[in-house]
Amino acid sequence: MSGAAAKKVTAGGRRAAAKPAATGKARKATPKVVRLTAADMAEKQREISVSEFFTKNRHLLGFDSPAKALLTTVKEAVDNALDACEEAGILPDLLLEIQEVSETRYRVAVQDNGPGIVKAQVPKIFGQLLYGSKFHRLRQSRGQQGIGISAAAMYGQLTTGRPITVVSKPGPKKPAHRFDIQIDTRRNTPVVVADHEVEWIPEHGTRLELEIEATYKKGRHSVDGYIEQTAIANPHASLTYVDPKGERSEYPRVAHELPKPPQEIKPHPHGVELGILLKMLHDTKAKNLRGFLTGEFSRVSPAAADEIAKTAMLPPTYAPHKAARDQAESLYKAIQATKLMAPPSNVLSPIGEELLLEGLRKQVDAKFFAATSRSPAVYRGNPFCVEAALAYGGEGMPGDELITMLRFANRVPLLYQQSACAVTKSVVQTNWKAYGLQQSRGALPTGPIVLMVHIASVWVPFTSESKESVASYPEIMKEIKLALQDVGRKLGIFIRRGIREADEEKKRSYIEKYIPHIGIALQEILKISDKERDKVCATLKTTLERSRT
Amino acid sequence: MSDKLVPKIKKEAKAVEDQILKKKKPTMKFPVRSLANVRYVEKAGYFEIRGMKKERTLTVNTVKTFAQTLRMMSLSKTLVETDDIATKREAYYVSKNWGDARFLEQTESDTVMDDVEALFEVNREQMGFAPEEKGGDVSGALVVVDKDPDTGKKIRIDCTQFGSGAYSIPISVEHLQFETKAKFILVIETAGMFQRLVKHGYWKKANCILVSMGGVPTRACRRFIRRLADDMKIPVYVFVDGDPYGISNIYRTFKVGSGNAAHINEFFCVPQARFLGITPQDILDYKLPTHPLKEVDVKRAKDAIKNDPFFKHHKSWAKAMEHLVSMGVRAEQQALAAHGLNYVIDEYLPQKIAHPERFLP
Ligand SMILES: Nc1ncnc2c1ncn2[C@@H]1O[C@H](COP(=O)(O)OP(=O)(O)OP(=O)(O)O)[C@@H](O)[C@H]1O
Ligand SMILES: [Mg+2]
Repeated sequence: MSGAAAKKVTAGGRRAAAKPAATGKARKATPKVVRLTAADMAEKQREISVSEFFTKNRHLLGFDSPAKALLTTVKEAVDNALDACEEAGILPDLLLEIQEVSETRYRVAVQDNGPGIVKAQVPKIFGQLLYGSKFHRLRQSRGQQGIGISAAAMYGQLTTGRPITVVSKPGPKKPAHRFDIQIDTRRNTPVVVADHEVEWIPEHGTRLELEIEATYKKGRHSVDGYIEQTAIANPHASLTYVDPKGERSEYPRVAHELPKPPQEIKPHPHGVELGILLKMLHDTKAKNLRGFLTGEFSRVSPAAADEIAKTAMLPPTYAPHKAARDQAESLYKAIQATKLMAPPSNVLSPIGEELLLEGLRKQVDAKFFAATSRSPAVYRGNPFCVEAALAYGGEGMPGDELITMLRFANRVPLLYQQSACAVTKSVVQTNWKAYGLQQSRGALPTGPIVLMVHIASVWVPFTSESKESVASYPEIMKEIKLALQDVGRKLGIFIRRGIREADEEKKRSYIEKYIPHIGIALQEILKISDKERDKVCATLKTTLERSRT
Repeated sequence: MSDKLVPKIKKEAKAVEDQILKKKKPTMKFPVRSLANVRYVEKAGYFEIRGMKKERTLTVNTVKTFAQTLRMMSLSKTLVETDDIATKREAYYVSKNWGDARFLEQTESDTVMDDVEALFEVNREQMGFAPEEKGGDVSGALVVVDKDPDTGKKIRIDCTQFGSGAYSIPISVEHLQFETKAKFILVIETAGMFQRLVKHGYWKKANCILVSMGGVPTRACRRFIRRLADDMKIPVYVFVDGDPYGISNIYRTFKVGSGNAAHINEFFCVPQARFLGITPQDILDYKLPTHPLKEVDVKRAKDAIKNDPFFKHHKSWAKAMEHLVSMGVRAEQQALAAHGLNYVIDEYLPQKIAHPERFLP
């Protein structure tokens, strides 16, 4: 999504594709082709305002239906709140309130106990698309694009005309400020409609409120489901949710320590594309190629830098900003051809087996739980890590329906575009029959199961800006499958043991049921006493119970 | 034989009890009830059992059937001792008092009953179990001597005196005596054909006894005809549909018995029976209207040729069956009506009866 809002595009671009009027076999009535001149086109070429772009591409950002708009708004705000708390080292306490204004209009409020936002930053964060602190870095976080919350604000403004309201307090001794912010949709700049200092009791934190056109639904793909699943993947957070009916749900904290903070890393050379490399060469402060390579990337030692330079046939002292396309390209090829250490992998913050189990246990009532947290791997130079957990055989779980699948990326539940997601594809491609489940070809397995898969990465490759499904990189699919096989094996052992126990139980009940009748018949035929009969029954019972068949 | 049954039941039960008390899993050995376990002995005239047995050991999986078999034996013993009888259906209902061991379907109780019957090599009538189905209808030149069930006085039943109706063969026939001057017994598959022959007094013209089987003959029907034919020394001719079912199921069972009840074939077969028609050749000779053979018919015929000891023994029968299969058609008894309603009486039967030496064995 980077920079797309301000891009210039030519509206008349289709012309190049228009073929010259049919030559050989001319049709009777050739439709008149209107030919445009460059001057005509120049008239139509103009800057596209962010609002226009947004309106035409709302599906890319997750605002394509009123029901989804509500979820996306909540999600952007909650994700930000959790990110902010964790970055500031604060155990998150979140409050989410949704009020119904009318059947098609809702007011969403999200409040956190995070670090707050300094006064000067507030307008840009909420009133300008593509402004954020997370885009230019590689670090595991929920937000990564700098578009989320301002897109929600823009959506609210476009559908209700109302500005977003933000109250933020950066610290106990600092005043709280309340802003009403609108977006100048033509110029993509914030307009502060109101700015007051206000009394606010919490020591620090942020509360934002916005009114949007939306519809509220219950169920797994709704806000309710999102909150529930957020609680599962964030056992260190305490959530309070007041739904449009006024009902209050509490999701208390299960883990009382913050997850290990993820670390920021520099990009690994193997994950960098040519265009980016060119830009980095021009932007760098490094004086020579060696300094550039060792300074801007991770895992490039001076020796490795010299090797790359040699392969690219450039001196290590070459000034980076002099590089033209040709030099950049040979450098790019040299990088790809050079063996480098994998990127550091301990920079991620997975949930961990124990907390996966606890989070799941808290929300799902089941007989059996299993979890696995794989060690980090790398796709395109980005470290990532896959975790999986499952709950099996709960009271309310239907045994003859497809399993329930919960997907998470950097602890954020993914509720839409299930079938396009690498997680779903990996689940489908795993042979669950081997673990005692039923599964039709090309489908999810069947059974009383909630299956959870979490992908943590410094940069999650989503298939679109709405961050709903993960792209199917082979490295990622492979790791997901290995994680699934791990929990699958554990499940298989449990199911088989269950079957064995059920057999034993059946055997016992069979013996109990029918042995007395053998006693009765023998007594009737042989006229034996009750005592003799009972002895026969007791003896037969031990004989059968001892035998395996 | 029934006086020997009670000791047999007791002996089997005792053996089971002994094995249990020795801490062993008890077993019972049942004769295998299938064609694979019979041999055709032409001199004896019926399917003899070959003595293959299946052993049923009491395990967790068989404990239910085992319990049911023992309870069925106990029921049989009570019936014999009190000189009572129960129909198969009644036995099934008696089991409803057995709690968990009750039968859920009558087919289950029938199977257990057949097993017990085979185990003791008796027939179910001797075990006190009576079949539901009636034995068959009789009309013609025959007097049956029966006893009044209350007084024991002899009753003479004249089978010429039933008008357009018929005498009904009782479930038990061992005590009956016969008086007849008839030249042969004509055994007929369908009630429709029997009706026609009775109505037009065929038995008078031909001086014979007519018996209607109404499909596969019941044990009582087979036993009745066997005793009648043995006692009076008269031939038995069988007149059925010209199809694999009429030949291999009805006629074969009638003449030599079945694989399923091999232990009692000796008493319930009629070895002197000969096949009058409708033969595959009749279909051509009499230009009978036909129906195509269905897939099941063809399968039944091929199965008979390949696996049935009776057809394997009689080459002429195997050939006739093959003939039928190659024609690919079948003809019903009543197809003769195509040449006139009384054609069967005036032409077909007289022509056939004139040459019994041509009948298929
Ligand atoms: N509740 C909050 N407390 C503190 N800082 C916040 C809060 N919400 C947002 N921010 C800051 O505002 C920036 C912009 O947020 P925004 O949601 O627009 O983008 P993002 O989270 O960086 O990326 P994405 O588009 O993927 O959500 C964040 O990067 C963060 O620095
Ligand atoms: Mg965000």
